[in-house]
Amino acid sequence: MGDAVCVSTETLPGLVTGTAELRRFLHGLPGVDQVGAEERAARLATRSIKKSAKAEAIDLAISMVDLTTLEGADTPGKVRALCAKGMHPDPGDASVPKVAAICVYSDLVAEAVRALTGSGVGVASVATAFPSGRAPLDAKLADTRRAVDDGASEIDMVIDRGAFLAGDYAKVYDEIVAIKAECGEAHLKVILETGELVTYDNVRRASWLAMMAGADFIKTSTGKVSPAATLPVTLVMLEAVRDYRARTGRQVGVKPAGGIRSTKDAIKHLVLVNETAGPDWLTPRWFRIGASSLLNDLLMQRRKLTTGVYAGPDYFTMD
Amino acid sequence: MFEYAPAPESRDIVDIKPSYGLFIDGEFVDADTSFKTVNPASEEVLAEIAEASAADVDRAVTAARRAYDGVWSRLPAAERAKYLFRIARIIQERSRELAVLESIDNGKPIRESRDVDLPLVAAHFFYHAGWADKLEYAVRDPRPLGVAGQVIPWNFPLLMLAWKIAPALACGNTVVLKPAETTPLTALAFAEICRQADLPPGVVNIVTGAGETGRALVEHDGIDKVAFTGSTEVGRRIARSVAGTRKRLTLELGGKAANVIFDDAPLDQAVEGIVNGIFFNQGHVCCAGSRLLVQESVAEELLDRLKTRMATLRVGDPLDKNTDVGAINSAAQLEKIRMLSEVGEKEGATRWSPPCELPDRGFWFAPTVFTGVAQSHRIAREEIFGPVLSVLTFRTPQEAVDKANNTPYGLSAGVWTEKGSRILWMAERLRAGVVWANTFNKFDPASPFGGYKESGFGREGGRHGLEAYLR
Amino acid sequence: MTDRLSVRKTYKLYIGGAFPRSESGRSYTVNDAKGNFLANASRASRKDVRDAVVAARKAQTPWAARTPYNRGQILYRVAEMLEGRREQFTDELRATGLAKNAARAEVDAAVDRWVWYAGWADKVAQVTGAANPVAGPFFNFSTPEPTGVVGIIAPDGPLLGLASVLAPVIVTGNTAVVVAAEPAPLPAVTLGEVLATSDLPGGVVNILTGHRAELAPWLASHMDVNGLDLTGAGEELAAECEKAAAENLKRVLRPAGNDWTADPGTVRMTTFLETKTVWHPVGV
Repeated sequence: MGDAVCVSTETLPGLVTGTAELRRFLHGLPGVDQVGAEERAARLATRSIKKSAKAEAIDLAISMVDLTTLEGADTPGKVRALCAKGMHPDPGDASVPKVAAICVYSDLVAEAVRALTGSGVGVASVATAFPSGRAPLDAKLADTRRAVDDGASEIDMVIDRGAFLAGDYAKVYDEIVAIKAECGEAHLKVILETGELVTYDNVRRASWLAMMAGADFIKTSTGKVSPAATLPVTLVMLEAVRDYRARTGRQVGVKPAGGIRSTKDAIKHLVLVNETAGPDWLTPRWFRIGASSLLNDLLMQRRKLTTGVYAGPDYFTMD
Repeated sequence: MFEYAPAPESRDIVDIKPSYGLFIDGEFVDADTSFKTVNPASEEVLAEIAEASAADVDRAVTAARRAYDGVWSRLPAAERAKYLFRIARIIQERSRELAVLESIDNGKPIRESRDVDLPLVAAHFFYHAGWADKLEYAVRDPRPLGVAGQVIPWNFPLLMLAWKIAPALACGNTVVLKPAETTPLTALAFAEICRQADLPPGVVNIVTGAGETGRALVEHDGIDKVAFTGSTEVGRRIARSVAGTRKRLTLELGGKAANVIFDDAPLDQAVEGIVNGIFFNQGHVCCAGSRLLVQESVAEELLDRLKTRMATLRVGDPLDKNTDVGAINSAAQLEKIRMLSEVGEKEGATRWSPPCELPDRGFWFAPTVFTGVAQSHRIAREEIFGPVLSVLTFRTPQEAVDKANNTPYGLSAGVWTEKGSRILWMAERLRAGVVWANTFNKFDPASPFGGYKESGFGREGGRHGLEAYLR
Repeated sequence: MTDRLSVRKTYKLYIGGAFPRSESGRSYTVNDAKGNFLANASRASRKDVRDAVVAARKAQTPWAARTPYNRGQILYRVAEMLEGRREQFTDELRATGLAKNAARAEVDAAVDRWVWYAGWADKVAQVTGAANPVAGPFFNFSTPEPTGVVGIIAPDGPLLGLASVLAPVIVTGNTAVVVAAEPAPLPAVTLGEVLATSDLPGGVVNILTGHRAELAPWLASHMDVNGLDLTGAGEELAAECEKAAAENLKRVLRPAGNDWTADPGTVRMTTFLETKTVWHPVGV
C-alpha cells in the first residue's frame, strides 16, 4: 500500500507533508468496507470469555482505564475524589489493580497531580480547546503548555475535524506536530472524534495522519459526540496501528473512549485488541479505555467472580 | 497472552435416543437394517439409525402420494401457509437444541450452527410460508408437481432440509426426504417438529440411509420431482437415471469458486472474506471460495495478512463457543482432503498451515493454504470440500475473468474491489450463479441460489426457487 | 414460346454465417408430398455438428454482449426479411403438402412469431429478474443470462415450428445449432438465407439438415454444448439424448405436445437462461 506514492518507509513518519502529498498517501490506503468491518467486529463480539479468562480480562481492563471527568461542573473536590477512586478502586479488596490514569481538564491537572503523587497513576489532560478544537493555534498551544507545566504525563488533544473534512490535511498534521513539540516527556494522545469523521475510510486516514505526525496514542472520541467508541471504529484503528508498526517499526497505542460502560463492552474491546493488533497491545502502555461509569461495573463483575453471587451498586463507591 | 478459557455449550439441552426409526406417514417405524451415526469430533457413536430399504422407500412414497391426494392438495393455500409458519416458530423455539444437535452430529462449530444455520433454517420456513397463498403472483397458473423425492448432503444438514422442504410444501407438494447418512439427527428432530406442528401424516416423510436408499428414492416411479444437493458425480448419475422419465429435476452440485481480489480491494475485509469463504464450515461448502485469484501487485501483502489472520483461527471442539473451525465430517472426507493436499504438494505448490494443535480423537484438518498454484494443478480444478485454499495470481481483469471461468463448475464467485464499475463488469462476466462482491458466503431465503454449467440447474430461494416445485 | 428452364437452388448447410456443403459430401433426397423430387439436401455428419458448435461457441459471447435492444432489432429484421419472402416460403410449404391458404397462414404466423420474440429481447430480464429483499445490509439482485450454446432438434413444422423453437433460444443471447426438420428441411435452409441477410452475426444460428437420429446424439453428448431442446426428437431418441446430455449437465427441454398456435409463454426462453444473483454490501 502506498508504494505508488513517493513515500518511503524512512521518510514516512515526518516528511510526508503538504496537503497534496498527504492526500495522495492517505487516499492510497486500502478502503474500509463498512459492512465487512462491522461484521468482523460483531463476530469477535460473540467470543465467550468465561472463568479464568474473564477474571484476567477484568483486571486487565481496570488497569487500562483512564478514569475520566470532563464536566463544566468539575471542581478540585471532584477531581480529588476521582483520584482516590483510581488509586484504590475497591477499598475492600487490595488485589484490585489501580487504573492507568485520571483524565481531567487542563486547569485541574495540578490538583490531580497533587492527589496522585507517588501512586503510579498517570494524569491525562485534555487540551487544544477540547472538545471542539475550535480555537486559534496559540490558544491550543498555551492550553497544552499549561497542562504539561502542571505535571500532566499525558496530553489528549483533539484534531481539527473541520480542517480534516475540508481536506486540509496539512493543517491537521502541522497542528499535531506543534502540539507534540509542546508535550515534552508527556505522551500525546490524538483524539480523532470518529463520530464526526463518520466513515471508516476517514477513521483510517485520520489514524495514519495522526501517527505520521507523531501521536503516541490514537483515541476515538471526546465522549461529547455520539457515536463515540464503537467496536468497528476501534477495529479500524487497531488495524491502523498494526499496519503502521509493520511499516515503520514504531508502535502506537489505541484508546477507545466514550460509551464503554459495561464489563461486556470492555471485554469485547480486549478481544478485538487480541485478535487484531495482537497481544503486544494488551497492556496499559498500549491500550487504554476512556471511561467513568465502566469502572464500577468491572468491580461488580469482579466480585461476582470471587464470591459467586451477583453484586449490587450499593457496595461500590460512586466517585 | 490473553488465553480464552474453554466455553463449551451445554450438551444437556439435547436428548439423543439410542436408536431412531424412519419417519413415514407421521409415525416412526423400524427398518430391517441400521447404521451408526458418530460425532466426528470424538468418534463417539451417537445413535443407531434405521436404514430404509427399497420397500421402505416405497412405503414412504405411497404415504406421500396419499397425503398429496387426500389432504395437502385439497387444503386451502392459506392453511398450508399456517403450517409452515408454525414450523418456523417451533424451529425458533427449539433453535438452541437443534444447533447443539447439528454441531454434535456434523462437527461444525456451535457459533456457526447457532448464528448461521439455525437462523437461516427458521427464516427459510418463514419466507416460504408467506408464499404458499401468493403463488399466482409469482407464476402463471401455478400447480404443484405432486410428490418430491429429495436427497440432501451432510454439510448443512438442517439448512439443506429447509431449502428442500419449505418451498416444496409451500407450493403444495408432499415430500420424501433422505438426509445424508453421516448427519441424520437434525432431520429426525425435524420429523418430531412436524408432529408438534400437527402436520398431516405423510406430507413429510424422512427416510434415512446411504446411497442405495437415495437411489431407490430418485428412481421410484411414484415421484414427480427429484431435488438433489450433493456432488457433481452423483448429480450426473441422477440426471441419467431421470432421463426419459417425466420427473422434474433440480440439481445443486459442486463448485470451485474463484474469489478475485484486486489491488484496490478493501484489504482487511477481503482477508475476512477469504477466510469466511474457505474456512467457514471447515470448507465443506459447495460455494466455498476455494480458488483465491489475487492481483499480482498486491499478492504478497495480501498473503502476509491472510497468514497472520489464519494464525488466529481457533480449531477444535465444535461445542466450544470460541471455536472457528470444527471437525471434518467423516473419516472418508478427511481422507479425501488429505489425498488432494498431498497431490498439491507433489504437483509443486507450496503448502502452509498456521501452527495449531489438533485433538487426538476425531477427524481434523488444519486450515491450509497452497501458494504457487497453477490452473493445471488438481487442487485448482477439483473440489476438495475442506479447509484448503489454492492461491493463484492474475495481472489484468480479463485474465481474472478467464481464469475464474476456466472450470466446468459455475456455482459462485467473489470479487473484491472498491471500484464500482469494475464490480459490475466482473459480475457480468463471471459464469456463476451467485456473485458476492465485497462479501462472501452470504445466504438468504429471498436470494436465489444455484449453479451454471456442471454446478447444476434450478434455483433455490427467492421467487425463482418456487419454479422448481410448480408446473 | 418454350417454358424457361428454371435455375434450381442448391440447399446447403448454414454454419458460421456461410453456406457450406456437408464435409461428408453426402446428401439425401427431399421429395414433395406427392413424392416428386424437390432437391438433394445436404446430409450433415458428426463433423458438421462439431464445426457448427465451434461456430456457435465463437459467436456466443459477442452475441450475448450485444444490447438487448440491438438483439431485438435484429430479430425484428429477421421478421422483415421473412415477410419479403412470403411467396417463396409459401411455395416451399405447399411443397410439403400444405394447401395454399394453410401455407400462407403458417408463413404469416412464423413472421409474427419472430416479431413477438423480438419484443422480448429487452423485457425478459424485467420479467424474470428481481431485486431480492435480503435480511441484511446488502443490495441483492438477480438477472437472467444466456446459458450458452444450445442444440435444437427442430420439430417437423418446417417454418412456424422452427421459428417457435429458434427465436426464444437466440433472443436472450444464446447461440444455436439446429438440426432441421428431417422430412422437410428446405424451408430451414431458406430461413438460413433470411438470417444471413438480417444483420444476425454469423454463427449465432447454425442449421444442419440430415438425419436426426444420426446428429442428435452428437449434439447431446458434446461437452461444449450447454443446452438441448429435444422438441423434434421422438420419445426414444429423446431419452437417449437426455441421458447423454447428463454428462455435462445440459439444460434439457423435453419434447411435449406442441401446439404452435397457442400462446408460447416464456418457458422456451427461461429453460435456456441462468439466473445470476449478485450481492453487494450497502455502506458508506
